[in-house]
Amino acid sequence: MFGLNAKDARLYIIVLALLLFAPFLLNPFPEGSGLAQFNAGYPDMMQRLVIFGLFAVGFNILFGLTGYLSFGHAAFLGVGSYAGVWMFKLLTMNVIPALIISTLVAGLFSLLIGYISLRRSGIYFSILTLAFAQMCYSLAYSVLTPITGGETGLQLSLDDPRILGVQQTAQGNIPVPNLFGLPMNAATTLDVGAWSFTFSVGYYFAAFVFACAFYFTIRLFRSPFGLMLRAVKSNQSRMSYTGLNARPYTLAAFVISGMFAGLAGGLLVSMDPLAGAERMLWTASGEVVLMTILGGVGTLIGPILGAGVITYLEAIVSTINSTVLHNWFEALPDGLENFLVNIIYPFVGSGWHLTLGLVFVIVVCFLPGGIVEGGKRIGGLFTRKNKSSDSVKADSAAQPGPGE
Amino acid sequence: MGILEVKNINKRFGGLQALGDVNLDVQEGSCHAIIGPNGAGKSTLLNVLVGKLIPDTGTVMFENKPVLGRKPHEINQMGISRVFQTPEIFGDLTVMENMVIPILARRDGSFALHAISQLRNEKSLNEEAEQMLAEVNMLEKRNMQASSLSRGDKRRLEMAMCLVQQPRLLLLDEPTAGMARADTNNTIDLLKEIKEKRNITMAIIEHDMHVVFSLADRITVLAQGTPLVEDTPENIKGHPKVREAYLGEAQV
Ligand SMILES: Nc1ncnc2c1ncn2[C@@H]1O[C@H](COP(=O)(O)OP(=O)(O)OP(=O)(O)O)[C@@H](O)[C@H]1O
Ligand SMILES: [Mg+2]
Repeated sequence: MFGLNAKDARLYIIVLALLLFAPFLLNPFPEGSGLAQFNAGYPDMMQRLVIFGLFAVGFNILFGLTGYLSFGHAAFLGVGSYAGVWMFKLLTMNVIPALIISTLVAGLFSLLIGYISLRRSGIYFSILTLAFAQMCYSLAYSVLTPITGGETGLQLSLDDPRILGVQQTAQGNIPVPNLFGLPMNAATTLDVGAWSFTFSVGYYFAAFVFACAFYFTIRLFRSPFGLMLRAVKSNQSRMSYTGLNARPYTLAAFVISGMFAGLAGGLLVSMDPLAGAERMLWTASGEVVLMTILGGVGTLIGPILGAGVITYLEAIVSTINSTVLHNWFEALPDGLENFLVNIIYPFVGSGWHLTLGLVFVIVVCFLPGGIVEGGKRIGGLFTRKNKSSDSVKADSAAQPGPGE
Repeated sequence: MGILEVKNINKRFGGLQALGDVNLDVQEGSCHAIIGPNGAGKSTLLNVLVGKLIPDTGTVMFENKPVLGRKPHEINQMGISRVFQTPEIFGDLTVMENMVIPILARRDGSFALHAISQLRNEKSLNEEAEQMLAEVNMLEKRNMQASSLSRGDKRRLEMAMCLVQQPRLLLLDEPTAGMARADTNNTIDLLKEIKEKRNITMAIIEHDMHVVFSLADRITVLAQGTPLVEDTPENIKGHPKVREAYLGEAQV
């Protein structure tokens, strides 16, 4: 189906279903209950989930397939954001031109940075990409302030030209990003009993873009080009003695993953038209590396899972504060309550990085293949159990014992 | 005039003269063996031929085109494939994928951006890969990860990868080292058949004299980086200098 093999088609359908029903799936707890805190089914969160999923899926094309670990991919996300906002300022608030330009500009940047960085491999390559990304960050903060808005970031204003759109709405406001008139921030809410589910245009648009990009990724993984990228990772010297030039392959992978990052940046500003330099900081580059490793390097679904876990932890765990903790353990005796709160407190709120670090260490030590490997092991346990119980059944059927 | 002409190659590694004034003429369609003791410079010579090493002096012509100064992938695209002394395969990939890559390299050249077309739809390509695997008796191992193959199988896989490229010159660096006798004989048969049927010129480095004398039309004896003699197998067998430098110890 879809020109994919049966296994990939099944995976793709599952991902499509998850995307479609995310507003339900991510909102399992009734509104107003103590656990509503853990709901992630609100538009802003769901948008971030798919956008960072897209970022990680693209990053994995480079890192997962070729093994080249870029530590500067956030630069392309940042460049894509700026390009998108500039489209909103100059041309129109329609998101389509913004996304196209975001992707192309990020592609150009990655062509340039990749061309130079790919002259080295291993740790030197990583350091070069890191250096370039930090240069982009510093430039955005300093000399390029007229283009990037410096510290305040790049914002829309009422007197932007927007030659194909309107400068301001009838009410005198800045227009919002839209898809041929359909505003990205439009949403409808469905109340079912104690639950309330929100369906937003922005999320479904981002999910659609993600679905297209993910389809392309699956095709790429199974294509001759994808095989060559895996050959790069496996044995570059055999590759060259087989008549293949590894450099253009790695560069193409670098540019494709840079364009994914740019597209993700464009989507971010389509949801919230504000671009800042902090998106290019090395920590942001490190985060996408963590997402990919956490989920499972080189797998199709891994980066999506990793991005999901990290984005979720960041958004949810960081909002838990001591009042919330005290509420949870209210029923316990005071001493115990304070004890538990004191233990958990360093891991939540602004300490969420500690939780992330712990999760990361546990996964890398015990599941080097990431969440995907964990899933496979659990799946393996079940199939083995089923098999052994089947054989037991077969045995007992063959020789009915006295107990039966 | 040979298909491969090597003239006055010199290569020093610091104080060590690894290759000293090497001249070699390989005739089209022949099998040229290079023998010599350990450290004689045999592999170093192949490294020069495939662009891994740049010699200090000398020229190499393949089909009257200069080889030196080209990158390894360009030299391969000229029609020279090499089997290495320690197997060089794509260990993370399956045996079948290992076979598909050289076919793609032959078909699409050193770079092609086929990112949408799907490998499983490439029927003729997959068939060709399977056919070659069958020829080296490895078809049933097609879905194994290459790094988990035995040493002999790795060698056979690498040879199949080189053969499926349909090179005009095949360089073999000890293709039967570490193989059982039966496998060695299979390899000899395979190489004989290939030479006759497909008219592939071969240069083979080998310590096993059984292999050398079964295959070679001409033999060059290398010692300490310098060719000692070059002659037919019959003459080499009885050559006193060769016996002294090499065969005396190696022939069992
Ligand atoms: N890259 C290198 N740097 C320094 N010395 C080298 C290098 N490559 C080879 N040598 C030296 O050159 C000499 C010839 O090595 P080479 O590998 O060509 O020998 P060989 O004839 O293939 O031997 P064997 O039969 O053991 O494979 C050896 O003394 C080796 O140590
Ligand atoms: Mg050698």
